[in-house]
Parts: sequence; C-alpha cells; structure tokens
Amino acid sequence: MADDKDVLRDVWFGRIPACFTLNQDEETEREAEPYYLLLPRVSYLTLVTDKVKKHFLRVMRAEDVGEMWFEYEGTPLKWHYPIGVLFDLHASNSILPWSITVHFKNFPGQDLLHCMSSSVVEAHFMSSIKEADALKHKSQVVNDMQKKDHKQLWMGLQNDKFEQFWAMNRKLMEYPTEEAGFRYIPFRIYQVNGTHTSTPLILESSQGTEKRYQVVIHGIEPLMETPLQWLSEHLSHPDNFLHICVVPAPSD
Amino acid sequence: MFTSMLLTGPDRTRPDLPFKGLTDPGLSLNLLSKRTPDVTTKLPLQGQVDVLLKAVGDTPIMKTKKWAVDRSRTVQSLSQFISRFLKLDANEQLFIYVNQSFAPSPDQEVGVLFDCFGSDSKLVLHYCKSQAWG
Repeated sequence: MADDKDVLRDVWFGRIPACFTLNQDEETEREAEPYYLLLPRVSYLTLVTDKVKKHFLRVMRAEDVGEMWFEYEGTPLKWHYPIGVLFDLHASNSILPWSITVHFKNFPGQDLLHCMSSSVVEAHFMSSIKEADALKHKSQVVNDMQKKDHKQLWMGLQNDKFEQFWAMNRKLMEYPTEEAGFRYIPFRIYQVNGTHTSTPLILESSQGTEKRYQVVIHGIEPLMETPLQWLSEHLSHPDNFLHICVVPAPSD
Repeated sequence: MFTSMLLTGPDRTRPDLPFKGLTDPGLSLNLLSKRTPDVTTKLPLQGQVDVLLKAVGDTPIMKTKKWAVDRSRTVQSLSQFISRFLKLDANEQLFIYVNQSFAPSPDQEVGVLFDCFGSDSKLVLHYCKSQAWG
C-alpha cells in the first residue's frame, strides 16, 4: 500500500499546462507571442505569473498597462481561488494546454478582487488558514504558532517548497487522540453558475438515472465513501480548505 | 496534472469517522450521499441573521451595533455599508474580522459566516480602519 504521504506530494505537485495569450484589444508595439507555463494546482494565478507579465510588458508601452487580469472563454478568473479550482470549475473539458487570455485594461472590479502585490495573496492565504483552524481546532493550533511559523507556511507555498510547507502544516492536521478528527471540516463548494458556498446541496442519486453532476477535487472524482476526515487531511489545499467543484458530468 | 489517482480502495478505507458538519451533521452528509428531497425545506438559506458590529482601536463606533443582515449579503457589501455609515473617506480602508482573528474573503456571504462562526444566535464582527489581526 502506498504511503499516504505520496498523496500529499501528488496533490502538491499537480500541474496544469497553460498557454497565455494577450487579449487582442491591447495596444502593442509589435506582435505578442503566447507564453507557456506549467501552473501549480495549489497556487494562485497572481502568485505564479510574474514571468507572464514580464513577457507581455516587453511589447507594450508602460502607459497602456493597467492591473493584469486573466480570462477564460469570457469568464474573468478569480485569482483568490486556487488555480486547480479555476481549471476544474471552468475548463475541465477543455483541451490542454489551458488557454488563458491576459488583460491589462478594463479590470472587471465587479467580478475580481484587486491584487497589486504578492502581499495581498499572502493576506488572503493566511486568513484562510486561520479561518480553517478556527473550524478545526478553535484556532488553538494557528494561535500557538509564532510569526515565523506563519511565514514558513507562506514561504513554502510561494517558493513551491513541499517539505518546508508540510513541516509546519502537519501541525494544523493533527487532532487530539481522544477525538475522532477535527471539530469541523473546512470546505468550500463551487458551482459553475454561482459563487462558492459552504452550505450543503443535494446531488441527484446516480442510481437509475443518468449522472448529471461530477464532484471533483484536484481534478479527480473521489469515491463517495471516502471518509471526510481523510479527505480533509490529504486533499485540502494549502489554505487548509477542501475545495470541492460540482460540475456537469461530461455528456459523452 | 494527474487524473487517475486512486483515492480509496479496500486497503485504504478507514473506519468511518463521524462527520461534523458546519450546521447539522445530517444535512451536510447529504452533500455526498443519496437524495433526500425534504432537506431543502429545512435549510435557512433565505432571510436574515443578526450581526453585532464592534469597532477596534480608534475606528469610530456605530450607535446601532446590532443589525439584521441578509444572509446573501457579502462581506464586501457589508464593509461598504459600514464605510458609508461612518462617512469614511473613499480612500480609507476598512478591515472586517471574525473571531478577532481572520479577515473573511470579501466575496463570502454573511449567512455562511453566521452558520460557521455565529454563537448565541448572532455573528460578532469587528471592524477596523487599519489591519488589526493577522
């Protein structure tokens, strides 16, 4: 039997090949070549796209450059959702590489949060960890950590250091031996036609009828009888939430 | 990207752990189990929840502290409401905290925060003009 730690590693190193193309309405001084990148599923778009920005800025004039944002087939991509969630939610049926359009003007403030620096991502990430620990351990674990411990979690994610991150994150995954698991399981559910929610929804039973929805975590469909505690410990994103996508089942 | 990782199998199953749902264990379990048609009617998805707003530091207090807020209202929209109520300048930021520890994402709904972090039938939120926690 494979070690469960292999699962953590597989989740951490999940990658999505992506092709970034400049929106054709942007003013450029010469033609912009597309830019290819392997995106980490557990990271955030604005954290891993410095190179994309640099690449396109080379063909643009500084005065034409506003805040960078991303779009897939008309849908603005929310940077504060993990990359893997964006892909599973909007593009799981698309061919690879995932084709993402890059914009530098007309920022859709109604749909997206602003993100002018990585410190905004850090604040969002650390808040999510604290929110999750409030549910799991009444905040006791995250509050017992020192500032440098919080930094270690963030730096681990930012620099894609699995060992560094998990050396600290495993403390957030512990629970008292007399308990059967966490107090509550932090999860968010995403559906294509709405925002995320933490409230239950009802999936039609697949028995007898055609399956209409898929429940997807990290690009896979976990077996329905998988214990949630195990899912939470192994398939949570680095922010300590289980991000669950409910998407229409492929019709083929 | 991996697409075929085996999550559970006969050799990987754990003894079933009691799932502690965010609201009601029975309700949450329905997410992953069979259809139970009467569940929707029990869910308090509509309506309002009581929110207690408390100022931190030198941020002005609100005379009315307790508000009934639509469950579907987002943190962002609540924050804009407070800013207008306190007549803050447009360039002044407002931070909102739950449990005096974390700042919920602006697109989170108040109703969900109430379900997860409310106590004594109300949700206590702290607001501050500067970063207060974390």
